[in-house]
Amino acid sequence: MTTTDLPPPGDLPEVQIDPAIYRHLADAQVNVELDTGDMILSLGPQHPATHGTLRLVVRLDGERVIAADPIIGYMHRGYEKLTEYRTYPQITTLINRIDWLSSFANEVPFVHAAEQLMGIEAPPRAVYIRTVLTELSRIATFLLFLGEMGLQVGAITPAFYGFRDREYVLNLIEAVTGGRFHPNFNRIGGLKDDFPWGFTAECRQVMRRVFESCDTFEDLVLGNPIFEQRTRSIGIIPPDLGAAYGVSGSNLRASGVDWDLRRDAKPYLAYNELDWKVWTHPDGDSFARYWVRLQETRESARMVLQLLDGMPSGPIMAKVPRIIKVPAGEVWVNTENPLGEMGYYVISKGATGPFRVKIRSASFSNVSILPWLLKGVYVPDIVTILAGLYFILGDIDR
Amino acid sequence: MAADAPPEAETEAAVAPDAAEAEPVAEPRTTLLPGAAALLEKLLARLGDAVIESAACYGDAVVRVKPEAWLQAARIAHDELGCDYLSFIAGIDWMPTPTVAGAEEGSGDTSAPVQPRETTYGVAGSAGRFQVFARVDSTNAGAGLTLKTDITTDTMRVDSWCSVYPGADWHEREAWEMYGFAFTGHPALRHLYLPAEFEGHPLRKDFPLLAREVKPWPGLVDVEPMPGEEPGDDEAAVEA
Repeated sequence: MTTTDLPPPGDLPEVQIDPAIYRHLADAQVNVELDTGDMILSLGPQHPATHGTLRLVVRLDGERVIAADPIIGYMHRGYEKLTEYRTYPQITTLINRIDWLSSFANEVPFVHAAEQLMGIEAPPRAVYIRTVLTELSRIATFLLFLGEMGLQVGAITPAFYGFRDREYVLNLIEAVTGGRFHPNFNRIGGLKDDFPWGFTAECRQVMRRVFESCDTFEDLVLGNPIFEQRTRSIGIIPPDLGAAYGVSGSNLRASGVDWDLRRDAKPYLAYNELDWKVWTHPDGDSFARYWVRLQETRESARMVLQLLDGMPSGPIMAKVPRIIKVPAGEVWVNTENPLGEMGYYVISKGATGPFRVKIRSASFSNVSILPWLLKGVYVPDIVTILAGLYFILGDIDR
Repeated sequence: MAADAPPEAETEAAVAPDAAEAEPVAEPRTTLLPGAAALLEKLLARLGDAVIESAACYGDAVVRVKPEAWLQAARIAHDELGCDYLSFIAGIDWMPTPTVAGAEEGSGDTSAPVQPRETTYGVAGSAGRFQVFARVDSTNAGAGLTLKTDITTDTMRVDSWCSVYPGADWHEREAWEMYGFAFTGHPALRHLYLPAEFEGHPLRKDFPLLAREVKPWPGLVDVEPMPGEEPGDDEAAVEA
């Protein structure tokens, strides 16, 4: 609005006019000039709420979303093609970079696939250590979520807590593998190394800290009325539709589907030997997704403590040939990644590298529901829905 | 970076008690878990002649159906078998991996694994070069099915699953741009990962990975032998 469009004061009639009338005049003028039809808003590709380069083209009517189209592929690295050019031991390096927050959990299904095709079984101690590190990655990934979800609704403090406590867990992973994010620690037939000296005691201490941290988040975030208002009944995923879209992991469990691949897939790692519970929430909204992940963080910490107690002794590598050649065959291995179902369909023709690897990553399918999920929501809720789905761009784009 | 070298745990491996397990065992290849067996039985009964071949594969059931029954198979899996969850849809190109151009002249990617030259098809077979395969799971039963179908090279088409599993949308867009076969009934086959003006289908075996062909893999340049290893060992390892 420009003031020059208003009648200049000099032309005003002599009578004293209430200034409020001018305000109404100005408003009327704005309403005429503004187009109230659809508006296209391009969110991203670099938007703080997308953790990377996801672009959302959103068609708006006022504050409401009419249609949303996620544009992905800004970070497509072609891993499925690259795996056809590399050997099995080299591929673990590649797949570390798919979901970079829980790299260790990415390696496990692929190494399992190769081991199954070769008929090798990792020794019990290696299986236990793998389970510990997988759960530690889960805790680290979820702690970041628990903090960062608060940030998306305007609470700064939880983010600091989340990053701080995740660092303790990452230090543990670094102590074992030498890398905070890309451990590349699995070997076909076992692991590169054993736990370092003093790891068990340190790990127990950090798990206690994780429990405390979860309590803090429960008080600070879940108990916060503003957080509830921003997340309750926002972005509800119906269980049947979520499953048909391929939404998996905590996102699906938050819709009340009692399905956890650690329990329901072909048995892998040491989960059968542990006493644990699958958490579900009937609501299916962003709040439920936060709640489920919070419970799962605690459950993972409990699992780690049990694993440390029952840690078997023995070697950490099975006997494997000097050159890894995988016999011809194909196998599907899917596991519960922190973000959902992570699976590899490995087809081998008996060479040192696979013939074809289909990488099924969790975030890809989790995000594919966005066009449906964002329909009809308000613009500020886009951000909380994105944060609540919790995806990693590398896991979408592969 | 001797990437082919197994970890330094070789000495520990020698004393591993379960050393006998390193021998390839044929048995797990053809096992079928009870949940998958039940699904397979129901699907075979419903689809009848439309199933070309079915096989057990590491606890899973792999079913190859006729192309015209591809959509029907999805409907039956979703509506009657309770497979409510779509894991993925993807393509396969069974063409043998072409030899890397220029590899003989000492350039190109000599580090890539050498695949067999003859055409072989995977579990449950294939009629030709291209196949589509998908994985569906039942969240109730905790079991799933792997479905495959052939793509005839003259039409390069197969039915879309979008009407049954809405999540098929993105997976089919990916398979379309990566392999070049179309899905009949898909609402909008447009590029997902690749830029709109991209030419070619990258996951086809005859699509070269140019970055690897124009120069040797950097990992090969600074290979040093491991302690106690003959200098020529690594080249031998790649060749083997």
